[in-house]
Amino acid sequence: MTATFQQPARPPAGRLAGRVASKVFGSQPLGAFFVAPYLLFLAAVFAYPLGFAVYMSFHDYFFAAPGAIVDRPFVGFANYAAVLGDPTVWQAFRNILVFLVINVPLTVVLSLLLATALNAAIRLRTFFRVSYYVPYITASVAVVGVWLFLFNSNGLVNSLLGPLAPSPSWLVNEHLAMPTVAVYVTWKQLGFFILLYLAALQNVPKELYESAAVDGAGRWQSFLSVTVPGVRPATTLVVLLATVTGANLFTEPYLLTGGGGPDGASTSPVLLMYQRGIEQGNPDIASAIGVILVIGVLLVALLQRRLLERE
Amino acid sequence: MILVALTPDTDIATARAPGRAAPRRAEQPRHAGQPRRRHAPVFRFLTLLAGAFVFLFPFYYMLIGSLQAEPDSSPGGAFPNPGNLTLHNYREINGAIDLLQSLINSGIFTGGVILGTVVFGVLAGYALAQLEFRGRGVAFNVMVLVQVVPFQLLTVPLYVLIVRNYGLADSYLGMILPFAINSTAVFVFRQYFLQLPRELFDAARIDGASELTILLRVAVPLVKPALLTAVLLTFIGPWNEFLWPFLITKEAGMQPLAVSLANYMNNVAARAANPFGAILAGACVLAAPAVALFLLFQRHFVSTNLGSSVKG
Repeated sequence: MTATFQQPARPPAGRLAGRVASKVFGSQPLGAFFVAPYLLFLAAVFAYPLGFAVYMSFHDYFFAAPGAIVDRPFVGFANYAAVLGDPTVWQAFRNILVFLVINVPLTVVLSLLLATALNAAIRLRTFFRVSYYVPYITASVAVVGVWLFLFNSNGLVNSLLGPLAPSPSWLVNEHLAMPTVAVYVTWKQLGFFILLYLAALQNVPKELYESAAVDGAGRWQSFLSVTVPGVRPATTLVVLLATVTGANLFTEPYLLTGGGGPDGASTSPVLLMYQRGIEQGNPDIASAIGVILVIGVLLVALLQRRLLERE
Repeated sequence: MILVALTPDTDIATARAPGRAAPRRAEQPRHAGQPRRRHAPVFRFLTLLAGAFVFLFPFYYMLIGSLQAEPDSSPGGAFPNPGNLTLHNYREINGAIDLLQSLINSGIFTGGVILGTVVFGVLAGYALAQLEFRGRGVAFNVMVLVQVVPFQLLTVPLYVLIVRNYGLADSYLGMILPFAINSTAVFVFRQYFLQLPRELFDAARIDGASELTILLRVAVPLVKPALLTAVLLTFIGPWNEFLWPFLITKEAGMQPLAVSLANYMNNVAARAANPFGAILAGACVLAAPAVALFLLFQRHFVSTNLGSSVKG
């Protein structure tokens, strides 16, 4: 990887004019034309909307007929004040915190364990790899259908549990709705993270396992003292990605718990953005929630980095 | 960004697997006396098997549930019962949401994204990997930075811009626009073009070939496996995407299958005779193309014999 980031050596230019031109535009200025459509796309779809979101969050922005000239005054932090004074918003952020506390550690532990097991030369390797990856490539809308079937009050899970089944059932129980969503997302995304760890495991030097074995370390000990530190960069990445994916939770609470039910117990910030911004027509409020969410995710990511890199 | 770095790596992993097993086997005799060591592989295999069951069972159950005339959620219902099998659920969901039109919409949405990604992504990936021009470093950094911006946060401003300002609601263009070039795929392309030796292109240049000719005649044929990987990666994005097409399509005739199925689940299902049967039938139709493509081409998520095609 590192080698690929290096600048390749420049071929020597011949004439003086050519040398000046290649100093200014590079020796193959055509490259700029090749990249231009992609950069234009990024500007239009990422950079501009990002700035626009921040702009909206500081203005009294509302929907108007296209072309109509309306006054959308600057309101300072009024939208933020409205957002922070809203208990529903606080609940949504608490919910996503519960989600992350369950989802992130579960993802890291399970994907690393399964990747380590898969990494050993074993039979049916391809079968396992494919079966772990299938949920990741399937539409959440499709898989949510079968989870509703499995986890509804009269579903297979409850009929297997019999008297142990929770009441009210999983997805309509205010204490279990968010954890169930968190487990669902862990299950759905795990294949991707297993693949990520599988790649990282290739970079752990084999000699370390050998010297651990010489020192009399068992499998479990060598897993803890060689594998876990060996894949630490990957772990940082997995934690970051799982956090970002989790913070963007929308489809699952929208469909699995009927729009963040029961009683808002599984509302996520992005679901709230949809409800406030588009259903209720307050894109300024929704943008403020979005900006707070981004800042929150950045803070959590920084904190995680600190914790992971401290040791 | 991440997936990209990973695709070639995993490939190496699989290729090396037999070789890696050797030293491990060699150390076996040393510990042959310890029963713990002998049980470990069995335990590992059982763990993997349990994992596979947890991952695959919902899919099996999806299929079974979609074929049940009466929803049977007892443990016995997990096994096919010839007396309770029917295709009626598929007719039911087709009557409620016009499966064919939804599939066509999903196909156009996905096809548009793949087309945009392949055309502009290959151009950008090639330039970033093999061409020397001013601003290349900046372009690359921007590309990496973009991977960090979560799409969901852009939905509200994009909705305002595309639906309200440009009036692109209920149109394929509006659906495709935010996804038109998949950054992960651009990264894959760049990564593969980087692996091609520079001399190959210099030779073509000396022969007087234009950059576009070099790209189409020399570079692209050499990275065909990467093309397939990128197309597969790109496919699952729009095919499975829910939030964006859900926001911008209100007209049922324009909705991709993920959206029309979700609307059925939320609004109509409660009134149907066997709601789960119909939902699961729709879910099978939605899941089938992605799963089939992945099973068919799963090798391309791991092995791409690029090295040999260049050397040979």
